[in-house]
Amino acid sequence: MSGKTVIEKIFARHTREEVAPGKIVWIDLDVISARDFAGPNVVKNYRNHYKDTPVVDRDRVFFTFDLTVPPKTIQYANNQQICREFAHEQGIRVFDVDRGIGTHTMMEEGIALPGTIVVGTDSHMNILGAVNCFGQGMGDVDIAFGFRKGRTWFEVPRTKLIRVMGKPRVPINGKDLALWILGELKTDRVLGCAVEFVGETVEKLDLPGRITLLSMITEMGGIVGFIPFNNQTMEQILAMNGMGECPAEVRADPDATYDEEIVVDVSGIEAMVAAPPVPHNVCKVSELGDVKVDFGFIGSCTNGRLEDIEAAWKILKGRKIAPGTRLAVVPSTQRVYKAAMDRGMLNDLFDAGAIISNPGCGGCAQGHIGMTGRNEVMLSTGNRNFPGKQGDGFNYLTSPEVVAWSVLTGRLNAKEG
Amino acid sequence: MSLHQFTGRLILLTSAQARLIPDIDTDQIFHNQHLHITEVDQMGRHALGNLEGWTHFPELVQDGDVVVAGANFGSGSSRQHAVDCFRALGVRLIIAESFGAIYKRNAINSGMSIIEFPQAGELVKTGKWEHLNPIHVDLDIGLVKMMDTDETFSIPQLSKVQRDIMAKGSLLNI
Ligand code: SF4
Repeated sequence: MSGKTVIEKIFARHTREEVAPGKIVWIDLDVISARDFAGPNVVKNYRNHYKDTPVVDRDRVFFTFDLTVPPKTIQYANNQQICREFAHEQGIRVFDVDRGIGTHTMMEEGIALPGTIVVGTDSHMNILGAVNCFGQGMGDVDIAFGFRKGRTWFEVPRTKLIRVMGKPRVPINGKDLALWILGELKTDRVLGCAVEFVGETVEKLDLPGRITLLSMITEMGGIVGFIPFNNQTMEQILAMNGMGECPAEVRADPDATYDEEIVVDVSGIEAMVAAPPVPHNVCKVSELGDVKVDFGFIGSCTNGRLEDIEAAWKILKGRKIAPGTRLAVVPSTQRVYKAAMDRGMLNDLFDAGAIISNPGCGGCAQGHIGMTGRNEVMLSTGNRNFPGKQGDGFNYLTSPEVVAWSVLTGRLNAKEG
Repeated sequence: MSLHQFTGRLILLTSAQARLIPDIDTDQIFHNQHLHITEVDQMGRHALGNLEGWTHFPELVQDGDVVVAGANFGSGSSRQHAVDCFRALGVRLIIAESFGAIYKRNAINSGMSIIEFPQAGELVKTGKWEHLNPIHVDLDIGLVKMMDTDETFSIPQLSKVQRDIMAKGSLLNI
């Protein structure tokens, strides 16, 4: 028998059926969660079908409120209240509107761990691949079923091996890499597949860089992505979740069979940007010509870690953003917010002219940090630039560094203006 | 008629260039500003409300119509609304060149039939499938029959999970 890929091994630990790519198997879920969008629909489905029977396991079911936090309309407030009441009846935990982005909170709380399966109503659950966890976004029917049964059906995805070759000639960050690779793979090369990245440039990434790259598997149409741990990855995971120890990383067998091997050469990479209207509309910042920037957004599950805020802070401290330009900084979690505050970063960013908000999804999905008006340009560290996603204007995706340089002059810029 | 057989029309989600639109994401199908809605029958009027050229879809569509889309249909968020808004309007089958993975699950779990049919684009391009063509669909044998010409086209069959869930109406009844 030939060896197995990471996803096949994780599946094999969660089912009694034989695991093979393309085969539909029933898997046991370690954690089942819902957020404030779709959460009320989960509750509704649950009540309609399962009445007041208890959830599968109180310690494996959670709510995480992160999209509209605190709620900006009565409807959102009521929706969150529906989840809270259900949680109270069932005795399950709510990470409430103060906590920040659900996936990040689950990594920090040690809920998402190597080798586990964690599902939720967030399409970027697969970000958890960064800690070697199979995270998966699902709809409210799936999640209601999971709340009650603790399992679901899943087609074992085929695995693509992405060999990242070449050395960047200039310093780059996780977002540059994510956008470059997205530009190469677009939305069809890994559609519906698990992805394993290998090669020096990706394997060198620190945990926040991995989170950035693997969050954008969703935009590539992939199921989940993994990068073999380097010497520091486990230490960084333990530092993040404050645990003394963690389950070991699940690694692919040396003789694992891949559906395809795709080579991506990154030697030409530099500061990258995705222009509207789709995330894979990628180019180098230097190629784009003069773009006026009205609004900068630093945050999201893709770039809302302390290291991301720090990267922008290094550029912005002691300076002022251009008159007429706005900048919003949204830490991904309460813990990131506190750390940025304790280190004085938020103070300096405030002095530079930034709007700083409580943690959460912020500018994404029309959350609480505001949107663009017609013809306005937003430069965002998020992961989607679809029309209407962050307002009526034009949305460009890039790294915290590029956002920081650009808001200083009000023009798209990858370095000192 | 069984659940798996019905009559309707082809609604081809095409661009101004008369090609199936690829990468239609969940925000174009059901915009996030309406996500607070939890009643399925209120979702229909927002279907495709953010897809350029298609905002009239809710007025156009009739019970039994088959929606045909390009590659990667339903990419983006995990919202069930993006499937339910079609169910609310009586759409029972969506054919696309390919689907976003989460969308595929959401559709199957709520008993909406979906078929991945990479040849759809070619049939549209060559005019074999035209917008609003009346058709008869038999999902049991995987057949689309054009009512005007009697010409038939084979489409892939439903998977076992799809059949099991459809038989029960929803994953939640399993
Ligand atoms: S930051 Fe945006 S993409 Fe990430 S989980 Fe929140 S809404 Fe989704």
